[in-house]
Amino acid sequence: MKDRETVTFRVQRYEPGRDAKPVWADFPVAVQAGMTVLDGLLQIRQQLDATLAWRFSCRMGLCGSCGMMINGKPGLACNTQVHDVARKTLRLAPLANFPVVRDLVADLRTMFAAHAELKPFLVRDDKAGIEPGAAEFLQSPEELLKFLQFSYCIKCGACMAACPTMALGAGFLGPMPLTAAHRYNADSRDQGFALRKPALAGPRGAHHCHYAGECTRVCPKGVDPARAVQLARRDLLLDLLRLKRRRPAPAPVAEPPAGEHKAPIEAPPFTARAD
Amino acid sequence: MESIPSPPNRLGLLGWLGGGRRGIEAYVFLCQRVSGVVLLLYLSIHVFLTGARLFGPEAWDRLCKMTHLFGYHYFEYLVFAAFAFHAFNGIRLVIIEFGFGLGRPERPVYPYRGSTHKQRPLMIAMMVLTAVLIAAGGFELVRFPH
Repeated sequence: MKDRETVTFRVQRYEPGRDAKPVWADFPVAVQAGMTVLDGLLQIRQQLDATLAWRFSCRMGLCGSCGMMINGKPGLACNTQVHDVARKTLRLAPLANFPVVRDLVADLRTMFAAHAELKPFLVRDDKAGIEPGAAEFLQSPEELLKFLQFSYCIKCGACMAACPTMALGAGFLGPMPLTAAHRYNADSRDQGFALRKPALAGPRGAHHCHYAGECTRVCPKGVDPARAVQLARRDLLLDLLRLKRRRPAPAPVAEPPAGEHKAPIEAPPFTARAD
Repeated sequence: MESIPSPPNRLGLLGWLGGGRRGIEAYVFLCQRVSGVVLLLYLSIHVFLTGARLFGPEAWDRLCKMTHLFGYHYFEYLVFAAFAFHAFNGIRLVIIEFGFGLGRPERPVYPYRGSTHKQRPLMIAMMVLTAVLIAAGGFELVRFPH
């Protein structure tokens, strides 16, 4: 392999309200071994066209900002190496199944609205139990494993762009929000299944999945949304048959003995530096 | 600031063909949908043909002879193949959608092997059964030609 070779980045350009329809623009990018798609985009912006828009932040596959269609497949620009996916031409487009803000920036608000609809947080009957710093909860390693995999989701939207059910219409909440819902339903500290059930079992919920497995295939973090959605379905079925055990929330860890009680550590208030 | 609304950018039917660039499960999903549509079409043709009985035995005989002209039994064999696939894959989906055969949630360690890998033996078993049934049907078609 040559040290440096030119790969044409064929990027979809589109600004709603200004452009009638998306167009493709070609940018020759000098690529070397180990270079990521994000590096190539940065090179374009620095040397060829400063108006190209995309979203990125951490550059290490943690934040999920740089999700885009890379040669027609959803992925993260920062953890995809150019030579792994292209030799001559690399096609980049915004994540499918989302409206476009501009160029490679997809509007993820529909995903986050669905996410919020499914109450992605711990719900408990004893509200005092989730006051920050009030107590810790007992949880065994086995209980942790039931939801740990699903908690690695970085909300990049790749699964939503790959899902064939999402491709056809808005009548599906999507793999990411449903995975988040199951992540909390499977958490032994949570008691919010009944609260999430209307959306989870509704017409836009888990039963709309057809198990094509594409979400799992493209997930850059190995979260396996397809598994989460099927397990959520099993929970719904058991609940329908009244076989689902209502889980008593684990008791908080006992308070330390009197005299040893320490107030929870709080971050100091933010103050602007005088200089 | 509100952004200017843009088209939803949905892949439509192309999403069935290339959303995540196709694992084997996605092809099976596609075949399940196509075979379902084929069975639905056949149902309407079947109702139409059997409905000819309402107009007497002559009408029924005439229609039966006409179908033989167009190699209708070969079409029926394709429908049978679609049925075999749809039925066995449907059983697999029912099993999976009840959360069985997927393996337990695990720590994601690269290279990731998700539930699609775990359920693959079940899928292969169902596809083998499908192939056996289709082959048996083909054998009958050859053995008893119309």
